Amino acid sequence: MTIAPDKSTELVVPEGHVKLVIDGVEVVAPKGELLIRTAERLGTVIPRFCDHPLLEPAGACRQCLVEVEMGGRPMPKPQASCTMTVADGMVVKTQLTSPVADKAQQGVMELLLINHPLDCPICDKGGECPLQNQAIAHGRADSRFHEHKRTFPKPINISTQVLLDRERCVLCQRCTRFSAQIAGDPFIELLERGAQQQIGVAAEKPFQSYFSGNTIQICPVGALTSAQYRFRARPFDLVSTPSVCEHCSSGCAERTDWRRGKVQRKLAGDDPQVNEEWICDKGRFAFRYATADDRITRPLVRDEETGELRESSWTEALQVAAAGLTAARDANGVGVLTGGRLTVEDAYAYSKFARIALRTNDIDFRARPHSAEELEFLSSTTVFTNPDNGVTFQGIEKAPAALLVAFEPEEEAPIVFLRLRKAARKGTTKVFHLGQFTTPAVEKTFGTLLACVPGAEASALNALPEHASDVVELLSKPGAVILVGERAAEIPGAFTAVAKLAERTGAQVAWIPRRAGERGALAVGAVPNLLPGGRHVTNTAARTEVERTWGVEEGSLPATPGRDTNGILEAIVNGQLSGLVVGGVDPYDLPDPALAEKALSEAKFIVSLELRPSAVTAKANVVLPIAPAVEKSGSYLNWEGRRREFGTTLEGTGALPDCRVLDTLAVEMDADLFTQTPAASAADLARLGEGAPSGSSLNVAPPLTGPAGAGKAVLATWHRLIGNGSLQVDEPYLAGTARPVVAKVAEATAQQFGLKSGGYVTVSTDRGAITLPVETDDLPEGVIWLPTNSGDVTVRATLGAGHGSIVSVSGGKS
Amino acid sequence: MTHAKEETVFDQSTVDKAQAIIARYPQSRSALLPMLHLVQSVEGYVSQEGIRFCAGQLDLTEAEVSAVATFYTMYKRRPCGEHLVSVCTNTLCAALGGDDIYATLKSHLGVGHEETAGEPGTPGSITLEHAECLAACDLGPVLQVNYEFYDNQTPDKALQLVKALQNGERPAPTRGAPLTDFKQAELQLAGFFEGRDADLDGPSAAPETLRGAKIAQERGWDAPAVPSNVEFPPIPEKK
Amino acid sequence: MVDPLTPVLTKRWTEPRSWTIETYERTGGYTALPKALKAHPDQLIQQCKDSGLRGRGGAGFPTGMKWGFIPQGDGKPHYLVINADEGEPGTCKDIPLMMADPHSLIEGVIITSYAIRANFAAIYVRGEVLHCIRRLNAAVREAYAKGYLGKDILGSGFDLDVVVHAGAGAYICGEETALLDSLEGRRGQPRLKPPFPATSGLYASPTVVNNVETIASVPFIVNGGADWFREMGRDRSPGPKIFSLSGHVTNPGQYEAPMGTTLRQLLDLAGGMKDGIPLKFWTPGGSSTPLFTADHLDVPLDFEGAAEAGSMLGTTAIQIFNETVSVPWAVLKWTEFYKHESCGKCTPCREGTYWLVQILQRMVRGEGTASDIDTLLDVCDNILGRSFCALGDGAVSPITSGIKYFKDEFLALCDQNSKVLAGANA
Repeated sequence: MTIAPDKSTELVVPEGHVKLVIDGVEVVAPKGELLIRTAERLGTVIPRFCDHPLLEPAGACRQCLVEVEMGGRPMPKPQASCTMTVADGMVVKTQLTSPVADKAQQGVMELLLINHPLDCPICDKGGECPLQNQAIAHGRADSRFHEHKRTFPKPINISTQVLLDRERCVLCQRCTRFSAQIAGDPFIELLERGAQQQIGVAAEKPFQSYFSGNTIQICPVGALTSAQYRFRARPFDLVSTPSVCEHCSSGCAERTDWRRGKVQRKLAGDDPQVNEEWICDKGRFAFRYATADDRITRPLVRDEETGELRESSWTEALQVAAAGLTAARDANGVGVLTGGRLTVEDAYAYSKFARIALRTNDIDFRARPHSAEELEFLSSTTVFTNPDNGVTFQGIEKAPAALLVAFEPEEEAPIVFLRLRKAARKGTTKVFHLGQFTTPAVEKTFGTLLACVPGAEASALNALPEHASDVVELLSKPGAVILVGERAAEIPGAFTAVAKLAERTGAQVAWIPRRAGERGALAVGAVPNLLPGGRHVTNTAARTEVERTWGVEEGSLPATPGRDTNGILEAIVNGQLSGLVVGGVDPYDLPDPALAEKALSEAKFIVSLELRPSAVTAKANVVLPIAPAVEKSGSYLNWEGRRREFGTTLEGTGALPDCRVLDTLAVEMDADLFTQTPAASAADLARLGEGAPSGSSLNVAPPLTGPAGAGKAVLATWHRLIGNGSLQVDEPYLAGTARPVVAKVAEATAQQFGLKSGGYVTVSTDRGAITLPVETDDLPEGVIWLPTNSGDVTVRATLGAGHGSIVSVSGGKS
Repeated sequence: MTHAKEETVFDQSTVDKAQAIIARYPQSRSALLPMLHLVQSVEGYVSQEGIRFCAGQLDLTEAEVSAVATFYTMYKRRPCGEHLVSVCTNTLCAALGGDDIYATLKSHLGVGHEETAGEPGTPGSITLEHAECLAACDLGPVLQVNYEFYDNQTPDKALQLVKALQNGERPAPTRGAPLTDFKQAELQLAGFFEGRDADLDGPSAAPETLRGAKIAQERGWDAPAVPSNVEFPPIPEKK
Repeated sequence: MVDPLTPVLTKRWTEPRSWTIETYERTGGYTALPKALKAHPDQLIQQCKDSGLRGRGGAGFPTGMKWGFIPQGDGKPHYLVINADEGEPGTCKDIPLMMADPHSLIEGVIITSYAIRANFAAIYVRGEVLHCIRRLNAAVREAYAKGYLGKDILGSGFDLDVVVHAGAGAYICGEETALLDSLEGRRGQPRLKPPFPATSGLYASPTVVNNVETIASVPFIVNGGADWFREMGRDRSPGPKIFSLSGHVTNPGQYEAPMGTTLRQLLDLAGGMKDGIPLKFWTPGGSSTPLFTADHLDVPLDFEGAAEAGSMLGTTAIQIFNETVSVPWAVLKWTEFYKHESCGKCTPCREGTYWLVQILQRMVRGEGTASDIDTLLDVCDNILGRSFCALGDGAVSPITSGIKYFKDEFLALCDQNSKVLAGANA
């Protein structure tokens, strides 16, 4: 024994822990902890390459060798501290106290470097490279290698986004292990053997994964780089700002690296409660929309003479907007469409602006198909859930079962997908997908598909006790969860059935929208029936509470529920509303784009708060430029109801957040929002607190569905993660990793319509037609699936259809 | 998932064989190595299409199959000749003449390692390779044609053998079945022997193999006599 | 005193058509099986432990103890996997055994499977030995036809399926966990241990991996008993062993003799050195076992004897080289082999063998310097015990032992070099 355990009596060893000695220091560690982590807790960093705390131990690089003594007997060989777990009485000597460990580490480092090109000056990783850093800390000053280095033609594109320089690779396999273990996308693999071993992809089969960017981030050398960032910056020239992803409702922690006022890249932040250390490729690579050439930076006012938008001063624009809105309000009223991408602080400003400047409950954040049933569910249940009382990422990991209803986790909330996969892979969670076909996510979560015709999901749920009692049984176990996605709003009876099933089983329900701002918008009352904090507009006491806090006249807040998105648009068309205030809304995401186009044409007055020109700005009377997420502070409420706060990354750009613009606009209309800054907005919101839940009156019966009719099929559709979304503009490398745009039908359906797998199909409605390639898959008969908004396929814009619509199907061009 | 059906060299009988391989194992992925042998029996090498075929049969990605196909030396990346000639050049065989044999064949055929003399697949075409130890050291230097053993070779014997192969002859191996061709050998490695029972009778034990046993026979040496009533030990008590 | 040669496994090889089930049964085959099936599985494990049988694949792990590690009553399927991936340079015992007498292996497989409660066994044979694979497959078919395999074997209620699995050319698959990955249809790269195959082997279930010669010995132990087996060999290394003599010897071949037999005794039997040219160096058990020289002729070749003399018993693949062979050249050839067969998983073996080959090539070309010898030894030191599996350890054995006994020869290569340089300067 090297260490005289004099003080051994002093350290208390709790249950489930062991006591060992590392470099002469006694330490208590939980059973099963890897030596490399225990040492790290002591402040001793053992060099490593293949080790990653979220990947299974590999022991491949051999960089982390230490000397270990067990029961007084030294182990004959140095041990890899990344694979060996702590044991009681173990004596460990790291490079700090063991010449053997030190030499072993230096030896491995030398071997890693013999074939490394040492091209640090031109390598993206230079300056933040674990190999570079550790070579300096633990390597030899000179090399004894005078032979020929291994070379490869460089670099190769393993996808449009990811490039591989094989000669820089140290074969730690973090990338392949991530892809196989975490993402479930084993499209990159080790190829060849021995000294020729290399990372690669199959011929003509790129690394198509929504999570590919993580491999770049965890690569301990510069072997994997992104087309987007390659050769753009040096890490030491970048400023790093913690941020939160603005894309989906997961609310991932990110780090945004920028230089000279321009974002250069985004990296995953480390948040064990939310995204662990991963983000999806959309979150990582889709940020250049904010610097698109056509970004609106000055207010625009429609010139009365030319009918065209022209740049104006803020003063003029706000005055014109205020006058127009006041007139419209005093005519038939103004509706507010906020879009689903606002921060909590901005959404709150819209909510308050609608109530006290426009004096209306005609406000809705839902820029997508929606229903009264959905609103009833959200306002009675979802709005009151939070990480303390509801489903969480970590809760999913412990759930005995997860039932996914009309929810495509990999496409709609990729980090939820990763948790589901992690949980399923550990064997703790059985995942059921109520959907239309075996998507990659079903396979990768080792899930069971409960297939039904689009629109029949509610009936399927109601029939679970009868037809799938095992599912009900599992859902009845403590901790089971039901996750509902955005397209449930397109399925009559779905929310009612979910609520009923939850009541029957005790499973907790989480609603997981697709957009970052939806959950926050719900919380702050950017909906027709709720004031902030889940207070029902019809509840007098709740109204009074808000009126007092806001300092407005009692009884001044509108007391009847307002119109929803569709209702607002219809009211404009019918002349029952005069004006619109529109946030970031793409009319072609709406259930009826034709109605939206008509409303935009017919509205008397439109104020648009936008980043870039859109179908809304094209018709707006006043366009007020607002700040993208990176140029403002604020917070998102993620699907868990967890507040995800972030500061301003790019300061001083002059761009104003929506809350500030609305605050000033309100002043012009003689109303005070007190939302001059996101912080002020948040403080104002905080003073309101939360209301009390009232009962739910969900009671929508599933419709009777019959056969679609000759030549017809029922449409199944949802958004893909990477598609035509407006926040994905200017990202060609990302777009190249999108999944192929194809329609899917069952083999029998293909035969029925005379379709050939690999051939084309034409899907049409009275609005239009789409022709695209078709594949067969395990859909129910008589159903055709299309991506909602990918490539040339724009289901809502072209067909005016949605999930559950009846469409005509015929053979397309051959 | 079903995907677009493509024109393929892998006909129904190959699909049936692939399925038969899968049926041998408790888990389907175990079928990959034999299935890659099966692919070689059809194509004479592992093509991209062969990789796609295996991936499809086993529900793996093509990257996963490529990872395996490129790991093992018996899976060839380029079409092989009618015959594959493998010369052991590991230390012992090399010391006994293996290096010379390889050099002789290389120069005769005008090709290097894993290269083919003649149009791959045509009669008389030969793929040459130097092999690692072939587990016949007492018979070295050895070479193999389509994995059948030709023992105690010399450069001259090997040259005559290869010339004969090029002429369409199929000289019998020292140990092994009558010579066929590379594809047939690969089919058998995939575990399909139908109608080839006579192959079993090919010679196996070289004189060298039997030397110890023969000396013992001649000299009357033997292992100690086996006792008659051998009892099993009692069932040990569970600790 | 037992005889100098003790043919047990090799005895049947001299029979005509020795590979058929008729011959096997006529010569006492499948007589151990019915006895074994009447015993309790734990009695078979105990008998194997009592016999002292140690693994014949190189490492010499006690076989009965390995069987005993399999957790019983765990509700998981158990597997037996036969390591017939014979590829260690010099090793050539299992292939002839399976070619000449495949049923002895299969009977051993059935008995062992019964002992460890496995209902599926795989024989993983290297792919390059087609005739052997053919014979094994035929033997398996014969055994099924006779009811020795399949359901309810000999009315015992015991079921067993056996598959013969052809490898595809990778020496590393002789490492048992790499073999398991390969058998699962993956790249044959070694797995992290723990968990060990005994608890998490094939398909993550308890698995015994044993060498061919080991398992083929089992029917004989069942018939002869542990004491009979122990009459041969030495106390800690009992039993007969197939010694494979190859290289510069008059009569190379397979000699089954008691453990502990010396090379001097074996050379006597094999007619001495070929053409009378003196012995220079030899491997006791394949190229991964450190070289011996003429000074080691009397080392008793068993696990302890070889180790005490600074090498390992390995597979008792005795490669014999006479004075005409250059040690640096032989070492280079072996190192090239290890470089070719390194799986690539870990840094020391992958990069180390890449480097060592280049140094040795340069030295053999006559372009080395004395400091290269130091570099060789230091790189070896950085591989030995630092690699993921034993392949790296094996790779440095020829180099370190070659330099240990024949440093002058390495230095001579460098001298030549310095002379050339001196001449060039003159």
